Amino acid sequence: MPSFPGGMEWTLASVFVPLTGALLCFLLPRRAPLLGRLTALLTVAAVLGLLLTVLAEGTQQTALGGWPAPLGILWRADGLSVALMAMTALVGLGVSVYAHAYFRDKHTEGAFFWPLWLMLWTALDALFLSRDLFNLYVTLELVGFAAASLTALDGSAAALRGAIRYLLISMLGSLSYLLGVALIYHACGSVDIVLVAERIGTAPDLVVAVALGTMTAGLVLKTALFPLHFWLPPAHGSAPAPVSAVLSALVVKASFYLLLRLWLEVFDGGGPWLAEFLGVLGAVAVVWGSVAALRQARLKLLMAYSTVAQIGYFFMAFPLAAVGGGAVWAGALYLVLAHGLAKAAMFLSVGSVLRFARHDRIDELDRIVHRLPLTLTAFALAGVSIMGLPPSGGFIGKWLMLEAAFRQGRYGFVAVILLGGVLAAAYVFRVVGHAFTPTARAQRAREVPAAMEWSALLLALAAILLGLLPPLVLPLLEIGQVAVVSGVAAPAGSG
Amino acid sequence: MTPLFDPQLPANALLPLLVLASSLVPGMIIFFLAEERVRLRTVLNLGGALMKLALVGFMLWGSYQGQRFEARLPLLEGLDLVLRVGALSLLFLALSAGLWFLTTIYAIGYLEGAPHRSRFFGFFSLCVTATVGVAMSGNLLTFVLFFELLTLTTYPLVVHRGTEAARQAGQVYLAHTVLAGSLLLAGTVWLYTLTGTLGFVPRGFVAEVAETHPGALRAIFALLIAGVGVKAALVPLHSWLPRAMVAPAPVSALLHAVAVVKAGAFGIVLIVYDVFGVEQAAELGVTGPLAAVAAVTIIYGSLRALFQDDLKRRLAFSTVSQVSYIVLGVAIVGPLASVGGIVHLVHQGLMKITLFFCAGNLAETLGIHKVSEMRGVGRRMPWTMAAFTIGALGMIGVPPLAGFITKWYLSLGALEAGVHWPLYVLMASSLLNAAYFLPILHAAWFAEPDPAPTHAAAADGHAAPSRAHAGWLLLLPPLTTAALSVLIGLFASLPFSPLEWSLLIAEREFEYPEARADVPLRPGAGSDD
Repeated sequence: MPSFPGGMEWTLASVFVPLTGALLCFLLPRRAPLLGRLTALLTVAAVLGLLLTVLAEGTQQTALGGWPAPLGILWRADGLSVALMAMTALVGLGVSVYAHAYFRDKHTEGAFFWPLWLMLWTALDALFLSRDLFNLYVTLELVGFAAASLTALDGSAAALRGAIRYLLISMLGSLSYLLGVALIYHACGSVDIVLVAERIGTAPDLVVAVALGTMTAGLVLKTALFPLHFWLPPAHGSAPAPVSAVLSALVVKASFYLLLRLWLEVFDGGGPWLAEFLGVLGAVAVVWGSVAALRQARLKLLMAYSTVAQIGYFFMAFPLAAVGGGAVWAGALYLVLAHGLAKAAMFLSVGSVLRFARHDRIDELDRIVHRLPLTLTAFALAGVSIMGLPPSGGFIGKWLMLEAAFRQGRYGFVAVILLGGVLAAAYVFRVVGHAFTPTARAQRAREVPAAMEWSALLLALAAILLGLLPPLVLPLLEIGQVAVVSGVAAPAGSG
Repeated sequence: MTPLFDPQLPANALLPLLVLASSLVPGMIIFFLAEERVRLRTVLNLGGALMKLALVGFMLWGSYQGQRFEARLPLLEGLDLVLRVGALSLLFLALSAGLWFLTTIYAIGYLEGAPHRSRFFGFFSLCVTATVGVAMSGNLLTFVLFFELLTLTTYPLVVHRGTEAARQAGQVYLAHTVLAGSLLLAGTVWLYTLTGTLGFVPRGFVAEVAETHPGALRAIFALLIAGVGVKAALVPLHSWLPRAMVAPAPVSALLHAVAVVKAGAFGIVLIVYDVFGVEQAAELGVTGPLAAVAAVTIIYGSLRALFQDDLKRRLAFSTVSQVSYIVLGVAIVGPLASVGGIVHLVHQGLMKITLFFCAGNLAETLGIHKVSEMRGVGRRMPWTMAAFTIGALGMIGVPPLAGFITKWYLSLGALEAGVHWPLYVLMASSLLNAAYFLPILHAAWFAEPDPAPTHAAAADGHAAPSRAHAGWLLLLPPLTTAALSVLIGLFASLPFSPLEWSLLIAEREFEYPEARADVPLRPGAGSDD
């Protein structure tokens, strides 16, 4: 006898609470800051409930409207989904607290921010729960629309141009994915992941290969893997701080998550050549993105290129996992989670610096180490995770991937993983170093609300704490995976 | 898997955590203290330091009763974070806890009225937390964690002054330590994929794979030693150390004697003894190159020290040279040489911290930063210079000071191992030590003071020195450490002395047939068979 509220209620709540919140914020813009934060809190509670249920009882299935899979919509919350939803919830809570303070004196922007942001959150949760290729497309498109609208938030001509470009790229990616869905539907007669996985063996090889190619290409574009990353730095670098945080921490993860699902559950590990290709691109991204980050004069662009570099790590898992199996995916997912928390903390603290000093030129940070100590601490702690130093979530992820690379004798990947960490330390400490020195002319400063400083700091602490929690997180990631991960990929921990 | 608090061993898991907490908790509180709350900050600082000393003393006593101290936190499959207190850890723990206490007193006096003291003492405490973590690491993973933490927590101290020079020194420091950290990580992960374990045990844990993967093990040894060798300032990885001299004097003391350089040397000792096992390392043929690096470092550091006019830089190069005595003792491969190397962890710490305290006093009270300005300074600051003299003579190796014990055991060890070249290295180094320390002593005690001794102070932006002598907060620590370096030399054979502990450690490492018998390890009793 399922308890109430059980898995179904928590699943529904984690999508419909933010959806209701988004609608209410749209209808009552004056109450939006309060409603928005309340919604964030309730969504976090719902995701927490779901997380605990999944930990206790395993994968939770929810049939919307009571119809079974081929006809109705089926949501399934397994360990992977719930882990990403939990990361989204943490980042979402931090961003919501931060945004309230950030938009306090910008009423128009604030009024648009809340409905769009909660819509984005809804779409992300729905994406993480969906198990049907077409619903995944819909949620992916929703994520893209909400994200593009958020980048247009300040209403300037430049922002609008950037938003349109972002939207076009995002749609191009989604359409490429949709083409693959159409091919698969044609070949397998279903869009339900489980059914497709059963039937794809009998489908024509060429169709499957083309579908794999178009879907991967579309999602890779949306995830901004080198060399398709060109759109990311301007978009993430120009948006308001809470939006940048959400884009870098969450939105690129959604398309990566979807790609991972497809590879694991539909295409059974993908093709070895394609995996190798993605891995090499990932390695190039790590080096290229880090070097580019090092050369930036502005903090926000530095952060954006750092995201490009970190995304590279996720893709290096594809060839490693072809041999190393679940342990490598666990490592990559650990990096995804840690990067989400850490990069959100960093973008938020950069937003505080921007508010404080009215600029984000790295060379002129003018002693923020004692003028804005909490913010700099948040930045540095999050930086520890980005560098992959212990104890942090980033360290665990890197350790698992390094271990696999050594076991497989892939010393090139070893070198890139290590080099990426060193370069990350170089760009993080370039910022921290300049935070100690005074500039020639003293700068006037605006006050930064405590909520902005603390929300960034707590997210950074969460990224650090994640490094001490593998005994909790690694088993969670395995829930619901054993049945799916077959053939090329063995369950985690067997390496 | 042992839970964090095993009901059967309540105190044993608790103590290592308390040792960490005794500096971590005060440090975290200090960060949030307002600048002017001097008294509360001092109470927290000294309270934490005293408590750590008491805890270490208690563990020392407990370990004589046969108690084990160990705390575990599961992290990855088959890989826990482990804090374990063994004989070697206790030596390093006692050293860093004791010197931290003295350095804290000194720093309180030194930084009186200086800005940003809450930040300084906060990181100061975190830095010591990382150091005792390094000391108590029960496996290589835990070691890596605290070793990296040490890098991160010392950085803000190096750049503390916020000048452009300090920032650049910080960048150089990080460039070295972060690169080294990634080598250390690479070696650690690689080793783990071969052995499936990382737990420190006397005589190492690589014996099983030594047959099958000798090449990989040599590469891993090189990676690990390079990883910790940067902090130990092995040539050619040493250049961050003289540059880091821009930091305030207490930080120099911390870098050179309590934490960073020491952690690097301690790391080398651990890697050779408890990861590879010194005899296994010798079989792999990696101790020879290590000994060569140590010898080059000893000579090179002394030569460079000879030509420095800046007092702190001269001391820094002296550290480069002296720390490699430890490495040399380890790499000669023999029980007596090991004793000499391990005991020098303590000896070098005591003597070098004395010298840095004194250099800080000279800079603070008289504005003297250069060797050439030290003429006649012995008359103006007799106590400080007395302590300095003891430290310098100890470094040269004059009996019965601590440095003599080190050199005695190193020489005996080399003879026991049947090699002669370390004797020449030691002799050359002692001559060089004398060549760069004795002129200072001569000028300080016997030369006439400069007619205008305060010009340097004015040029340096200091207020004209008004205090005739350093305050007692600045004087007590160097006098204590100077006295200690006399005492541990004089009473080296008493129980609880660093030498006795080193003998104990070497006995465990080499497994004498009659391990408890004092005969083979006591030089006086004649081991020259």
